[in-house]
Amino acid sequence: MENVAKRRRRTITVFAALFIILIIFMVLDLAQAFIPLSFEEAFWALLGTGSETNIIIVWKMNLPRVVMACLIGAGLAISGGVMQALFRNPMASPYILGLSSGASLGAAIGLTFTLSWIPSLLLIPLLAFVTCMATLFLVYSIAHVGGRVPTETLLLAGIAVGSFLSALVSLLTYLAGDQMQGIIYWTMGNLTNANWNNIMIVAPLITAGCLIMLSSSRDLNAMMLGDAHAMDLGVEVKKIRLQLLVASALVTAAAVAYVGVIGFVGLVVPHILRIMIGPNNRALLPATLLGGAAFLMMCDYISRVIAPSLGILPIGIMTALIGAPYFIYLLRRRRSEMGWD
Amino acid sequence: MMKIEDIGFSYREKPVLEKVDLEVKKGEIIGILGPNGCGKTTLLKLLNRNLHPNVGKVLMDGTDLEEISKRRIARHIAVVPQSNEIRFAFSVRDIVMMGRMPFLDRFQGESLEDARIVDEAMEKTNIKEFSDRLINTMSGGERQRVIIARAIAQRPEIILLDEPTLHLDINHQFEVLELVNRLSDEEKLTVIIVSHDLPMVVKYCDRIVLIHDHRVFAIGTPEEVLTKENMRIVFNIDALLEYDDTLKTNCVKIIGSCTNRDRTPVPKVE
Repeated sequence: MENVAKRRRRTITVFAALFIILIIFMVLDLAQAFIPLSFEEAFWALLGTGSETNIIIVWKMNLPRVVMACLIGAGLAISGGVMQALFRNPMASPYILGLSSGASLGAAIGLTFTLSWIPSLLLIPLLAFVTCMATLFLVYSIAHVGGRVPTETLLLAGIAVGSFLSALVSLLTYLAGDQMQGIIYWTMGNLTNANWNNIMIVAPLITAGCLIMLSSSRDLNAMMLGDAHAMDLGVEVKKIRLQLLVASALVTAAAVAYVGVIGFVGLVVPHILRIMIGPNNRALLPATLLGGAAFLMMCDYISRVIAPSLGILPIGIMTALIGAPYFIYLLRRRRSEMGWD
Repeated sequence: MMKIEDIGFSYREKPVLEKVDLEVKKGEIIGILGPNGCGKTTLLKLLNRNLHPNVGKVLMDGTDLEEISKRRIARHIAVVPQSNEIRFAFSVRDIVMMGRMPFLDRFQGESLEDARIVDEAMEKTNIKEFSDRLINTMSGGERQRVIIARAIAQRPEIILLDEPTLHLDINHQFEVLELVNRLSDEEKLTVIIVSHDLPMVVKYCDRIVLIHDHRVFAIGTPEEVLTKENMRIVFNIDALLEYDDTLKTNCVKIIGSCTNRDRTPVPKVE
């Protein structure tokens, strides 16, 4: 049987392991190129010395990718962890609440139509934010019954609205004709567009979202026991829940707008870590940040090297191909420790 | 210390409580008694502002609860709620430590003082040995004690208990109430218990608030409130509260339901 001393030791091991995995794949990803650099070359290029080509590969091509992967992985994973705790539901994730579809719709509109007075670099994320937030408030107000927001209704509303919006995205894709390739490529998720300009916008948004979530970890613990428990312990449940939903929408919209739809990180990473280190969000949420970054970093590296003849595979394919089997393995082996049944 | 002034609460136009007045003194154990659906639990929720009254006020040390943050209320009032099924694998210590939440800032870690308070609360409730166990593997009675320990860790002046004995075995029922009684004695803790368990309330409460038809029907000592007539009207039972000479204590004797009184008893088969 699981006990606390064992869990405490495991927590330390997990943090250390995630950190090492993150560093290894960061280095590998930084050195990756048509002809990969040696680690030594990559290191010197990172410090700004060495051949011009090496510096360009590391600073212009690989580093933005690495930074973006860390930001998005961490952001999506913590959002998923927060939503699962918030709704006391193993299925909850930005995807289930319709947030991903909402952001997708905005981004798809931005990809299809061009407005002359806004550069498309800004138009796509802007539209993604607007539709993501609108989806959140739509879903929230549908589920809002007599001063309460029951979890079941919220999830069902999310699924219904999400399906509707996904259909709209498909419709746009179908109608888009020429740009269809672009939209499809983007719905599979990819980090190829990562550059410093994008990072300048994404980094503050995701950081802000993550800070809001981290600062509520204790409130979330109480809310996992039930809203009444949380209120008895002095948590302003409605306010905190809304704050956390907005923070999740912020992170999701930023992620979807710049790298497309990357599934499975938000669902699987928090689950795996909850099995390993327990449900206490004070430890779990920081772990999801690290775990999400490490997982996406690893997926990115693998997507770049696995099939050189096909070029770089969309990362959304990699996350599901790697994440799902491991998740199913854990589900079968350690169902009882999931804490959901 | 706590004063309820003429409060009323209705849910979707339907009155749940009307014209409730009550003054709670320090160190008292008060039982709120009444049949299911009479508004007992609602009254308890109004007492720590989980619900807001439509009319009237709840005052704590002279201040209207509506003017105080939930966090500050939680520093004075702890709650042991009715259902406490917890399906997440929190450790017992994690749960008891949640009692310190109202005193900790968002990013502040738990101090040694918090750890000491938590240890003490676990000692008082006799759950020290469970400290490392996971809450979702524990029995109802054990879980109840963990939640009481959490309430104690809040260092409250008032503890509200909602049907504390509902899902417990009979031996655990007394264990929980003995514990609450001891705490009230030792720490001058004010305790408000919602229950429909007549014998339990008679044994442990100093005063009883009897609720009937959404209103306070009677307030006073168990002897004053639980008269034969009152129990007939409120619970529709034929019962008697009297001093039992052999047991040397007050006892509630329940004879039967009033509606069935006229029925001729089924003859025993020899």
